Amino acid sequence: MASIEFVNVTKEFEKKEIIKDLNLRIEDGKFTVLVGPSGCGKTTLLRMIAGIGPQTSGSVLLNGKDISNIAPGKRGVAMVFQNYAIYPTMSVRENIEFGLKNNKVNKIERKKLVESISEAVGLSEYLGRKPSTLSGGQRQRVALARAMVKQPSVFLMDEPLSNLDAKLRAQMRIDLIELHKKLGTTFVYVTHDQVEAMSMADTIVLMNQGLIQQEAPPEEIYHEPNNIFVAQFIGTPPMNIGELGVDGVRFGFRPESVTASTEPVESPFTLQGEVTTREMLGSETLYQIRYKETSFMIKSLIDKFSVNQKIHIGVNSDKLYFFADDGDRIHKDHIHYRDYFEALRGY
Amino acid sequence: MKNNKVWEILRPYVMIGPAMIGIFLFVIYPMIYLLYLSFFKYNLLNSAMSKYIGFSNYIQIFSREDFYKSLLNTVIYTGGVVTLTMLISLLIAVWLSKRTRMNYIVQAGIFTPHIISIVSVSLVWLWMMEPNLGFLNYVLESLGLPPSQWLQSSKTALFSIIIVSVWHGIGYYVLILVAALQGISPNIYEAAALDNTSKFRVFHRITLPLISPQMFFILIIMTIGSFKVFDTVRIMTGGGPNNATNTLVYYIYGFRTTNIGYAAATGVVLMAIIGILTIIYFWLLSRKVHYQ
Repeated sequence: MASIEFVNVTKEFEKKEIIKDLNLRIEDGKFTVLVGPSGCGKTTLLRMIAGIGPQTSGSVLLNGKDISNIAPGKRGVAMVFQNYAIYPTMSVRENIEFGLKNNKVNKIERKKLVESISEAVGLSEYLGRKPSTLSGGQRQRVALARAMVKQPSVFLMDEPLSNLDAKLRAQMRIDLIELHKKLGTTFVYVTHDQVEAMSMADTIVLMNQGLIQQEAPPEEIYHEPNNIFVAQFIGTPPMNIGELGVDGVRFGFRPESVTASTEPVESPFTLQGEVTTREMLGSETLYQIRYKETSFMIKSLIDKFSVNQKIHIGVNSDKLYFFADDGDRIHKDHIHYRDYFEALRGY
Repeated sequence: MKNNKVWEILRPYVMIGPAMIGIFLFVIYPMIYLLYLSFFKYNLLNSAMSKYIGFSNYIQIFSREDFYKSLLNTVIYTGGVVTLTMLISLLIAVWLSKRTRMNYIVQAGIFTPHIISIVSVSLVWLWMMEPNLGFLNYVLESLGLPPSQWLQSSKTALFSIIIVSVWHGIGYYVLILVAALQGISPNIYEAAALDNTSKFRVFHRITLPLISPQMFFILIIMTIGSFKVFDTVRIMTGGGPNNATNTLVYYIYGFRTTNIGYAAATGVVLMAIIGILTIIYFWLLSRKVHYQ
């Protein structure tokens, strides 16, 4: 059990600042997901917690104690690497118990731990095998078991699912949620995949270019994005953004919050456009609608619109978002909010 | 139709034909001829006078003391060269495995002897090892250490040759080991750090097993190469003093005009020894080598 805190942390790689003066608190026992595009510094943060890529300045606190000078192996953290980093020359059993041996855990205890953990992740039959004879999913579980067996207070995971196929990934997501519930320890999970972030996180920390864009539970990130970057990063397809034409303000709405019809619709924001592409996804259908010079994506349960058809779309007022020229969100209590809203009617 | 079928069958043989002719002419035929010669008392002036003598040459080999002397020399030489080269090149490789500009320069420096002809290397070291005017004794004396007779004493001559061979070959093996070390994923070391692994255990349980294929390769290549040592001995000592550096190949060379059959038989014995050694290596060590 442990909380983690970053205090004024800066990280440079060859004189280039990747992270500058970052402050973040990761709560005890929560499943926190660091998400963002590649190069945003999320893995860098994770490696700071592990101690394998220390910060240039600032401090990292574990349970309020500065751990900057504590060796990685003595921090009580365990990490699952993207490429698993299993010791290739050791058997599955040796891999799992290597850390225990280093920590001088006695033989009986070791045997008990290895067996119960490998039972839990379904590796019992493979304990004598070499990693090279295992499938990707099994290797993933070896990496997980190796982390679990140390009974760490913090689990660090660096894109652990990115090397798995789609089906296995979906299964592992559920397994990880269950694992977190069972262990109740702090999980810090790094991914660039917003679906993983949304599905597993208690708290999402969305980063871009070394800065935290928003730190909130998935629902809040989705419904109340802080800025255009967050709004467009979460959701597939991303939020539609259009120029309002007033003060450089932009408006946005999600493809799935659109009402579409062949008849005119009653909404604060409506327009009539032409379907240019159609993607049938099964339960939903994606349309690209051309309107004047721009185009918008919409996601609809109705699959009967066809390409080149003119349709009406409308968005309700609570599903409309406004962003200032610097990308930050304009909230309802902003003094000009009503003006922008009115301006949209004339769009 | 019929022609086609014949061609179908012949084609693979025709394809490998040129290569097989080469192998037969330059590998198989010389080996068989060597074996053939080893059963004769060969007469160089008139080959018609050559006499088949069965296993006499072999019997002679195993009853002559000078053969055992040169075999012993070869074994000591091989043991020395292989052990020293493996140890030193591993040390240097670990030191050089970090990718810095300085390391690249040092590595190029260490590799340089390998591209110099062994003849030049031998001559240069021959001068440096000269007991009265040589550079090495000058260094020893200025450090206050007693000078050595180097190549001129039967006690130190073999070791002197070992030094030259190790110096000449080490760059190449460092190169192989550095490449192997750099090929290990840094994540593995990070995982080990998180597993609270001591430095010694990381080296012993992770680094060594991961470069074991390259170490095994070096062991075998060097054993075979060292057993066939010739040029350094030929140039630096001529097998002396008092046969102290007479190795197997140089021993064979000594009979090149006087007794071809005997030389051939010794060659066959050398081949057999190397073959057996390699088999023993595989048998002893293949379980300890981890291929991925």
